[in-house]
Amino acid sequence: MSGSPDAKPILQMRNVSKTFPGVKALRNVELTIYPGEVHSLMGENGAGKSTLMKILSGAYIPDAGAEITIDGRTVHIDGPLTAKALGIAIIYQELALSPNLTVAENIYLGREARRGPAIDRRAMLAGCEEILGNLGATFEPQTIVGDLSIAEQQMVEVARAIHARSRILVMDEPTTALSSRETERLFAVIRRLKAEGLAIVYISHRMAEVYELSERVSVLRDGGYVGTLDRNEIDPESIVRMMVGRDLSSFYKKEHRPGGATTPVLEVTGLTDGKRVKNASFTLHAGEVLGLAGLVGAGRTELARLIYGAEPRTGGTVSLEGKPVHFGTPAAAIDGGVVYLTEDRKALGLFLDMTVGDNINLGVIGRDAKPGGWLDRARARMRSLDAIEAMNIRVPGPEMPVGALSGGNQQKVLLSRLLETKPKVLILDEPTRGVDIGAKSEIYRIIDRLAQSGAAVLVISSELPEVVGIADRVVVMREGETRGEVGAGTGVAITEETIMALATGVTIERAAA
Amino acid sequence: MSDLASDTKTAGQRANKARMRGLVRSVGMLPVLIVLGLLVQFGGIYFTGEGRFLSWQNISIVAQQASINAVLGAGMTFVILTGGIDLSVGSILAAAAVVGLLVSQTLGDLGIVAALLTGLAIGLGNGVLIAFLRLPPFIVTLGSLTAVRGLARLLGNDTTVFNPDLPFAFIGNGALHLGSFVAVPWLVVIAFLVIFGSWLILRRTVLGVHIYAVGGNDNAARLSGIKVWAVLLFVYGMSGLLAGLGGVMQAARLYAANGLQLGQSYELDAIAAVILGGTSFVGGIGSIWGTLIGALIIAVLTNGLILLGVTDVWQYIAKGAVIIGAVALDRYRLRGSART
Repeated sequence: MSGSPDAKPILQMRNVSKTFPGVKALRNVELTIYPGEVHSLMGENGAGKSTLMKILSGAYIPDAGAEITIDGRTVHIDGPLTAKALGIAIIYQELALSPNLTVAENIYLGREARRGPAIDRRAMLAGCEEILGNLGATFEPQTIVGDLSIAEQQMVEVARAIHARSRILVMDEPTTALSSRETERLFAVIRRLKAEGLAIVYISHRMAEVYELSERVSVLRDGGYVGTLDRNEIDPESIVRMMVGRDLSSFYKKEHRPGGATTPVLEVTGLTDGKRVKNASFTLHAGEVLGLAGLVGAGRTELARLIYGAEPRTGGTVSLEGKPVHFGTPAAAIDGGVVYLTEDRKALGLFLDMTVGDNINLGVIGRDAKPGGWLDRARARMRSLDAIEAMNIRVPGPEMPVGALSGGNQQKVLLSRLLETKPKVLILDEPTRGVDIGAKSEIYRIIDRLAQSGAAVLVISSELPEVVGIADRVVVMREGETRGEVGAGTGVAITEETIMALATGVTIERAAA
Repeated sequence: MSDLASDTKTAGQRANKARMRGLVRSVGMLPVLIVLGLLVQFGGIYFTGEGRFLSWQNISIVAQQASINAVLGAGMTFVILTGGIDLSVGSILAAAAVVGLLVSQTLGDLGIVAALLTGLAIGLGNGVLIAFLRLPPFIVTLGSLTAVRGLARLLGNDTTVFNPDLPFAFIGNGALHLGSFVAVPWLVVIAFLVIFGSWLILRRTVLGVHIYAVGGNDNAARLSGIKVWAVLLFVYGMSGLLAGLGGVMQAARLYAANGLQLGQSYELDAIAAVILGGTSFVGGIGSIWGTLIGALIIAVLTNGLILLGVTDVWQYIAKGAVIIGAVALDRYRLRGSART
């Protein structure tokens, strides 16, 4: 499995191990990167991708014995500054920009253009305009970064890497927060960088992207190196097999039966907040998985938060089991049997310093409490143990802090908290974001089981294959309005094309039947 | 399935490490307290020829000196656990003490109730501004630090209020006799009850979990259905109430209260006790026992420096240095163990 024999590798990592007290995070991993290639790095969460990249960026020092060469010369990356000087740039999932500064200031941060002791703003603006122009960015260098969309902020990070004359660019799940259109734009930029001879290490869970972009794919599993596939060897099945060490059959398996004698549970009519949600209507039935699709920024999360009482609404009605409801706070929604799984579990969902048990029980400790507000600790413990077992959460015990868990297990903890309240309606916002492939299929099974037991489930997702795979019906939003639906009862099949047509409004619109 | 087994094993090790870290955190500054006590004792023997620190009488004095700060620190712990701060407790203590004494002149023991209610009312006032108007706690309590100080002077006509026949003076000067040998000062008993009660609230009630949740992630707390406003109202009310109790304790010791002088910069000692106790300044992490140890460290330090004959000026400098040094030590130690 050699790379292109005609080129010399720009980066070689050999025999890289990393031991943390009690944990061997990497075992003799190797990675060879050539200039002008997109090299995807794949593996489940916890496989060691991030650790390897942190070694490359100087955030971690590898165990003795590791060999890293750049352009054939052995290097010792002993800190982030060394990595930068060697031309290595990393764009993390959590962007590392200063939101209060302008685009130009961010790009030049730490390398400000100077004229004497003063900052040479004119030179900085000119330099930025050139870089941004080359990237095809549409925003101005003077824009405050906090005002940009996530996709645009990512472009700023790319520009910063280019400005620093980086030759190896690592992108860690760059498309997680992007819409399909933004993703396409990012891919165009990646291809341009590749043509200019940059080496790009691309980390992603999304098979389609990896397939589309990569020259080669390397796979890690449990901290070990599994292998590297060349362009002509790349196919989803072999990658998945390498990642999980077994075949994943029936990824999206539906056992619940939609249709039949379904009763409407949640009816939303003309809901609006006067800003991001303009006119949203849909009906959610018992025992149904309803997808809510749309581009990022279409107002899906905002709609969910309106229903849930997290934001004030200015118009429209919501009725639950036939009775109009108006939840003023999330607490009221939960009491009414409506729960919401946030798309940003770390910032808005979990209490990372608290234990798994506390996180699971948080929604019900009030109901469970003995008179006087005393905690029923035995009951809480039972609940956590049951949930850990039922959801297959990989954790030695409920007293472990939730921050130490992997993304998939954190998501299952958060999901357990919602399920403990025995909700009638679940609104799940990007339920599999940042979750590895194994946990993903488990979450799909949980959603399926919920629908089977009669719950009404609304799933917001930006991953079209996921929506197509798990939903019985899909409502599509564009620019704050529900624009139509596909699937059961509409006469239109659920495919990526029919959803995208409604989401972008590009082809002839089909109204809801 | 060997993947799963190894995954669980490393997770198990991580859990043990997390537990160790928890233990380290909760023991926290106890070693510092012990070392400090020994230093003072042996320093005393070396410099003055006698080790007066470790005598029953002196320990009892230290405990009494720590008690008011421990009570204020307990209230401050609630507040800081939510990520807030209460700068007004020293002023509230003064106002409550003045009210307590004034009421005691005519209504006797009801002075205690009056003082507690005064503290509670001012604390709730802070809470309302913070919870409903969403004003920053630092600004709100900085404002009440000044305003309530003025109120305390106003209530006492800007003079010292006396009550030589204070009916609850035993609180400040008496002791609980257990058998014929052991006598625990009431101030110490009260402080311990407050600390224990706070522990019960924080660790055994729904409210306690909600307090940690709000401090850990207030956005998530709101989205998961916690009434954040109620939690904030409670912690600032509690801090005010305990400052009121501190006022009762102080007044009972002195038979007097002066709106200008009483409780000056007590808020800083209370904050120092909480921080020395390992509670995170951004909220969500910490324990009430840490605060107790923090309060004791400050009292031992003050008492020890006096025993060693250090002048007042140098006491201030030494106290500040120890607070910064101890916290720096704590951070350094935790950083070492927190790296995963």
